[in-house]
Amino acid sequence: MGTKHWIIMIACCLFIIACKKSADLIEDTTLFGGFTKPANFPEPSYNFANNTITKAGFELGRNLFYEGRLSRNNTISCGSCHMQSAAFTQHGHDVSHGIDDRLGVRNSPPIMNLAWNKAFMWGGGVYDLDLQPIVPITAHEEMDEQIDRVMDKLSQLPKYQQLFKAAYGSAEITTAKLMKALSQFMLMCISSDSKYDQVMRKEQHVAFSELEQEGLLFFREKCAACHTEPLFTDGKFRNSGLLPSEIDDQGLYESTLNVTDRYKFKVPSLRNLRYTAPYMHDGRFLTLDVVLAHYDHQVADLPNLDPFLTQRPGLGISLSPSERQALLAFLNTLNDEKFINNPLLAEQ
Amino acid sequence: MNILKNISLLLLLAMSFLACTNKSDITPDFDQTKLVPFSVEFDNIVGDRILSINNTATPYVNSKGEAFSISQLQYFISNIKLTSTNGKIYTVNADSSYFLIKGADKSTRFAKINVPEGDYSQLTFTLGVDSLRSTMDISKRTGPLDPAGGMSEGMYWGWNSGYIFFKLEGTSAVISNDTNGDPTGNKKFRYHIGGFGGYSTPTINNIKLIDIDLTKAGIARVRKDRKSNVHLFVDVMKFFDGNNAFSIAEHPTVMFSEYSVSIAKNLTEMFKHDHTEN
Ligand code: HEC
Ligand code: HEC
Repeated sequence: MGTKHWIIMIACCLFIIACKKSADLIEDTTLFGGFTKPANFPEPSYNFANNTITKAGFELGRNLFYEGRLSRNNTISCGSCHMQSAAFTQHGHDVSHGIDDRLGVRNSPPIMNLAWNKAFMWGGGVYDLDLQPIVPITAHEEMDEQIDRVMDKLSQLPKYQQLFKAAYGSAEITTAKLMKALSQFMLMCISSDSKYDQVMRKEQHVAFSELEQEGLLFFREKCAACHTEPLFTDGKFRNSGLLPSEIDDQGLYESTLNVTDRYKFKVPSLRNLRYTAPYMHDGRFLTLDVVLAHYDHQVADLPNLDPFLTQRPGLGISLSPSERQALLAFLNTLNDEKFINNPLLAEQ
Repeated sequence: MNILKNISLLLLLAMSFLACTNKSDITPDFDQTKLVPFSVEFDNIVGDRILSINNTATPYVNSKGEAFSISQLQYFISNIKLTSTNGKIYTVNADSSYFLIKGADKSTRFAKINVPEGDYSQLTFTLGVDSLRSTMDISKRTGPLDPAGGMSEGMYWGWNSGYIFFKLEGTSAVISNDTNGDPTGNKKFRYHIGGFGGYSTPTINNIKLIDIDLTKAGIARVRKDRKSNVHLFVDVMKFFDGNNAFSIAEHPTVMFSEYSVSIAKNLTEMFKHDHTEN
């Protein structure tokens, strides 16, 4: 009896130790596992050959992303408009809210799965993630700062001298190092753990409910032409028939001046919609119900309206109440709680 | 006999002299491995006056009779190419072929490069930053191409990735205070010309190839000990008064727009070869 007790006790101890070890291990990998392509995703389009992601580079990038010194008066960081809890959007703001309470003209999009993005911004103009941060840093209504002044400010702080040294072997700061570190952080903002992903990867017997399954079928028929799986965007610029806004934002046209690009906006991903309201390029719709109502009966007959939306007499996409219900259930499977709670991506 | 002999001797002597002088001026072999210093000078003028920055007291006057002063002039020169008198072409290595000329800083007026020895009768360069460089990895954008410059001095468009390659700013009393002019009341004009053709979707392309014939005002005899310099006059007045002349009052601000295509055509008329210092 006594020995049996001992054996059980020792076994328990071993078990606890083993558990603790594996928990430690899990934590280590969530802390930094490098860039791994989710099994159900295509090959990324970002050119990693020119910017290998390292732990030190990523950590530098994370510090920069949450650094107020990137703005003129040190008050606004990238994270002010791209908040993790809102899937890196500026929740509750139709258009962005920047330095000195200045308002922008567009809704802050999520920093999410950008390694698969070929074009940035609602209206394009930027086609390389490494060049993207120059825009908010120098924009009058966002951070209103100059890159060379940012580099000056950072180079005076021992913290950044160390971080740059760790990442690049020297404390010297250049535009390229600054931009590429920011890219490293943003590239690691991968959302691939929604229920949808688990079903697609056939993980742990996760399955769609009947309603969700029905919604998926409607989705593939009515939405996937533009919101293509698994990223839920085809990365293209399209005119979805939204009436031009008061300021007459013409989307892609503003950066190409081609008349055929008038009122085309980048097709956004539909992942994490639960956290990213309001919707559309200017945040005009507060709920998904209104978005669906738009597709069903508010699509405007604009020049360049996407051909997919001109296939029925009343324009748009017919969505009966029961179809809407199923669609919403399906869209709800695209929310990724792990992404918005991932400690790796949080301000430290 | 003697006289004849003497004459022929003299002739011989004379000929050998001639040969000698000829020899020292014989075009050297075109050897791309032996490069020597050469420069192109961009001497900024406005009509018949030397460019002076902030010349509010003595303004320039364009052909429409509008008086103006200049507060900033900057432009990019790139991809310099030389053609020799015997038709050989030398293209300067792309990495050493980008120059930002600043009107306010005379030290920037030379594009200093290295080329093979030779006699050159034609100079070609780009006004602007070509699409290859405009879409290159950020780590290759150093020196004048570093987008870090501030907004006022900056020659980089972040929101529409690319370089402003000709920037001219100044003031003119003819500019109105409403939104068609300068609502701040500062009477400022701003011409920011860019557009290299676009990353993935085609956009306007205002890059200009400038071809300069050097035979009229002196070919460049590039030799290792001479530091040959091609001296160009860059007449900013042509930007206003060229074939597509325009009025400052009507167009005080031109940036990324269709209209920029029209006035950018004037840019090619600005460059004139004045002389060569050999
Ligand atoms: C004042 C709010 C604000 C700040 C600060 C801000 N952004 Fe943004 N960001 C926006 C808005 C608004 C857009 C969309 C702009 C547009 O489409 O014209 C955007 C777009 C982006 C995009 C493009 C995403 C896509 O899908 O196309 C990226 C990447 C990005 N921001 C990164 C950053 C980084 C990095 C920083 C810090 C250097 C930053 N942002 C700071 C508001 C902000
Ligand atoms: C013709 C292409 C196309 C089709 C089909 C399409 N969309 Fe969209 N969708 C877009 C574009 C483009 C936008 C951005 C519009 C804007 O902001 O100007 C958008 C925006 C959205 C948004 C807002 C997302 C955000 O983050 O702001 C939602 C939600 C959405 N679509 C859902 C759907 C659903 C559901 C369907 C199917 C019923 C659908 N879409 C069909 C092109 C399309």
